[in-house]
Amino acid sequence: MKRHALAALLCGLGLAGCATMDDGAAEKRLVEILKRDFHEKGIAKLDRLDQDAVQQSCTKFNNNPPHGGPGGIDRLEAEQMAAIKWPADGKFIGDWKNGEKLAQDGRGMTWTDKAGAPAGGNCYNCHQLAPKELSFGTIGPSLYHYGKSRGNSPEVQKYTFGKIFNAKAYNLCTNMPRFGYHGVLTEAQIKDLVALLLDPASPVNN
Amino acid sequence: MRFRRVIGQSLMAALLCAAVPLACAQDGAATKEEKDATIQEIERYREMIADGNPAELYELRGEEMWKTPRGPKKATLQGCDLGLGPGVVKGAYAKLPRFFADTGKVQDLESRLVSCMVNLQGMNEAEVIARPFGQDAYKSDLEALVAYVVGQSKGVTIAPPLEHAKEKEAYALGKRMFLYRAGPYDFSCATCHSENGRRIRLQDLPNLTTHIGASRAYATWPAYRVSQGEFRSMQWRMNDCFRQQRFPEPGYGSEVVTALISYLAQMASGSPYEGPGIKR
Amino acid sequence: MGDPMKIRASMQGDVAEIRVLVNHAMETGQRKDSAGNLVPAHFIKHLTATVGDKLVVDAQIGTAISRNPVFAFKVKGAKAGDKVVINWQDNKGDSRTDEAVIA
Repeated sequence: MKRHALAALLCGLGLAGCATMDDGAAEKRLVEILKRDFHEKGIAKLDRLDQDAVQQSCTKFNNNPPHGGPGGIDRLEAEQMAAIKWPADGKFIGDWKNGEKLAQDGRGMTWTDKAGAPAGGNCYNCHQLAPKELSFGTIGPSLYHYGKSRGNSPEVQKYTFGKIFNAKAYNLCTNMPRFGYHGVLTEAQIKDLVALLLDPASPVNN
Repeated sequence: MRFRRVIGQSLMAALLCAAVPLACAQDGAATKEEKDATIQEIERYREMIADGNPAELYELRGEEMWKTPRGPKKATLQGCDLGLGPGVVKGAYAKLPRFFADTGKVQDLESRLVSCMVNLQGMNEAEVIARPFGQDAYKSDLEALVAYVVGQSKGVTIAPPLEHAKEKEAYALGKRMFLYRAGPYDFSCATCHSENGRRIRLQDLPNLTTHIGASRAYATWPAYRVSQGEFRSMQWRMNDCFRQQRFPEPGYGSEVVTALISYLAQMASGSPYEGPGIKR
Repeated sequence: MGDPMKIRASMQGDVAEIRVLVNHAMETGQRKDSAGNLVPAHFIKHLTATVGDKLVVDAQIGTAISRNPVFAFKVKGAKAGDKVVINWQDNKGDSRTDEAVIA
């Protein structure tokens, strides 16, 4: 409710993205122009310009959609949650050493990346993790001592796996990509990242 | 990614100091221990690369190219109207992008240069924009021309017009593009560029939704990129952002990229232009 | 013949400050291009500077120097109006000479 009121207020002030008729037409025009002005290159095809329901809602409401309705937070987060593929073996923890390598690796999904080449986790681009890595980004929160402060319970393990697989299931318009949902990382890779965050032996927790 | 050796420059200066028989003044490098060592090293590096900007070499080449008859019509670009009248280069970049009646479009510097090369010099548009960015041994004519033109706006206040309906339209389209989330990472421009004090790894990210942040970026691009050993234009900057946004490739000088540049230019409006810059 | 250098030379008190921006690829022979092929070594190996008729720098350099490098040096005993001549030769036999006058 609060968010709704705020959105309405911002609409009135002309500050935030507001869902009006004009807005819809302008958005449609942008997509037409995008389709005309962009061309595919390498693995980056034109279908990447099409928004899914989450991207559309977050763009339309300036990352602050209402809770209710078809484009609302409640329904879309539930859909995203239902789309998480949980590990068949019920295990969430892999190898933290491999996870550290993945966290360092910022490759993947650009038009200069080769088709089929494994992508990295891009983690250090936005987060602090192991303290010895000084070159970390600050778009996301620091994850240093992530496991140490949360413990290593099955619930925490499941949440951590799910968050990396599909961050939008927990916070619809988060900046964080959906690594499993979009097929950027495999299940095994995500388990290795969960280990980096939760394994008591991982440098993140020491 | 190719990293170039920069440290060599300062080593070389020291070496030459030792070699010059007529004597040499040496700059002492004071150590400030109270400062974080990493930040200190980054600052030292930035100082080092700012001392002698190779963009000047591109400016020289661009100026020569501007004044040389080229293309099927054997014409120079001295009749090119960048918005302040035919042949006026001084201060022109600071007033771009803008609407041009002859093409009926809002154009940034680069799409305007292409128009001049096609209309005045008789060049083929597809050929002109086929390889707009230099790489390895290939040198881009457009990047050199850009270097020359932007260098003639150093110190001039950024003030692109926002009067014509098409200029307002371009600004609105660019702003909309800035917020458009898509692709396998769900990124928009705003994902990385709408908060203060954020970094990717150690790279500071300007908050382009503020006047100060947009000015910091817009006033120092185009720029010589030391890590690539190339002078890079604004269209290149947008192109490589879209690459990292995991989008497909935007057309060079296309409407949507020009609109995005219009948005940034308006956000930076009122600040002095300081380019061509130099970046890591 | 290589691309032109940009030379700045001016008196700072009784010392001439000379700054040379050189246009050169300075390839180490160890870098790969975007297609993954090794780029052949191509670098300046000899650079000289004269002020008036006097040789003030005679440097043997190599692949440790960056692309489009900047050389800066200060020379005592020069005066405004003196001619500065910079010359380089690279490992492919190419060379370039440019001149400037101390301001």
